[in-house]
Amino acid sequence: MGGLIKYTVMFVALVLTQVLVLNQVQVSGYINPFIYVLFILLLPVSTPGYLLLILGFLIGFAVDIFSNSLGVHAAATVLIAFIRPYVIRLISSREEDRNEYPGLRQNKFSWFLSYTSIMVFVHHFTLFYLDYFTFSHFFSTFLKVLLSSVFTIFVIVLSQFIIFRE
Amino acid sequence: MRSLIRYLIKNHAFVLFLLLEIFALTMVVNFNSFQKATYLNSANRVTGKIYDTYQSVTGYFGLTKINAELAAENARLRSLLENRPGVSLFSDSLAVDQMRNDSVYRFIPAQIINNSVNRPFNYLTLNKGSRHGIKPDMGIISAKGIVGVVGQVSESYAMGLSVLNQRWSISAKLKKNAYYGSLIWDGTDYQMAGLTEIPLHVDIAVGDTVVTSGYSSIFPEGILVGTINSFSKPEGENYYRIDVKLSVDFKSVSYVEVVEIKSRSELDELDKILRNDGRAD
Repeated sequence: MGGLIKYTVMFVALVLTQVLVLNQVQVSGYINPFIYVLFILLLPVSTPGYLLLILGFLIGFAVDIFSNSLGVHAAATVLIAFIRPYVIRLISSREEDRNEYPGLRQNKFSWFLSYTSIMVFVHHFTLFYLDYFTFSHFFSTFLKVLLSSVFTIFVIVLSQFIIFRE
Repeated sequence: MRSLIRYLIKNHAFVLFLLLEIFALTMVVNFNSFQKATYLNSANRVTGKIYDTYQSVTGYFGLTKINAELAAENARLRSLLENRPGVSLFSDSLAVDQMRNDSVYRFIPAQIINNSVNRPFNYLTLNKGSRHGIKPDMGIISAKGIVGVVGQVSESYAMGLSVLNQRWSISAKLKKNAYYGSLIWDGTDYQMAGLTEIPLHVDIAVGDTVVTSGYSSIFPEGILVGTINSFSKPEGENYYRIDVKLSVDFKSVSYVEVVEIKSRSELDELDKILRNDGRAD
């Protein structure tokens, strides 16, 4: 029950931070961070696959409605929700390494960094190319993917130090 | 059959993943028809309210600049009015009545509560909706020039496509010789848009003013769009490639007016008749 409230608050807080703060500060045309993916990153490891997918869809869909980009965020978040168990299996060397909570506090820094990097990059890659819906600006879009990913990863790691310490 | 069901249950995560992805991608591809559902865009009651509340807090930061802009526009309009014979600023009721009946345009003031410039399709949200008289396809302008067009409207909020959106183009003309073309954003620089269909024999120069043509029923004629920043003559083509520097700064635009063209339904009716005639030929 406590978990339900905690994750609901996190859902709302991340969506609002995304649409009210990060979507409004347009640092430069190349940096558009999307930190709401943190919600999918921080769900407990034992979360069943279907729940992960549905929650991923919901948070993407919520951001879509706010930013008039119907389906774009939802498609990207469903994808990373789907690959999440595989990514965790891939980067955890031994079974006992795996913690129930994939946050920074419960895991090694290098583990959390590679976990975040893979997930954020896949998300941003899907998102930006779907948003442009063309490969004609391939390199400038790729630059956006890279720069925005780096920025998002930075903000997510930082937020782990500041807010989500519990 | 049973093995199929067993397979689906075993791989339920993958099946659900495919279903959700197909659903999301269908929305991406059929964007326009889904947007018609007014609750699925930023003009719906919940998102509108959230943006509005947020704007009412952060709106204070830019007030000095906005005040200066409004004062400048007031001064400009006042000088226009005072120099017009027959119209006095402090006119009697009769004159006001006459103006109200004869006017072709009505301007509804609104505020932008959400806006973006860095996506290929940029949208804005306005704090006025159908109960203030806003309808889809009305033009949005600011003191500095055109801003966009209204897309979807809910009761109290409206979603608009800004000029920085590749899903539409604007009928624009050169102010000095009235040659017209269409203005479309290329998705890169938020200060520049491309003007096409201006034939090579037309005399143009850097700095020429571009205004709306008035040929569509969205904007009145002569609203500022921008100035020519640079132009080139592409090999083997009959038209210039013109870069127009937009007069509106889309990063700071805040107070706008929505234009209602009162004869619009008549114009659209005529347009429909003409198009049907064309098809009959």
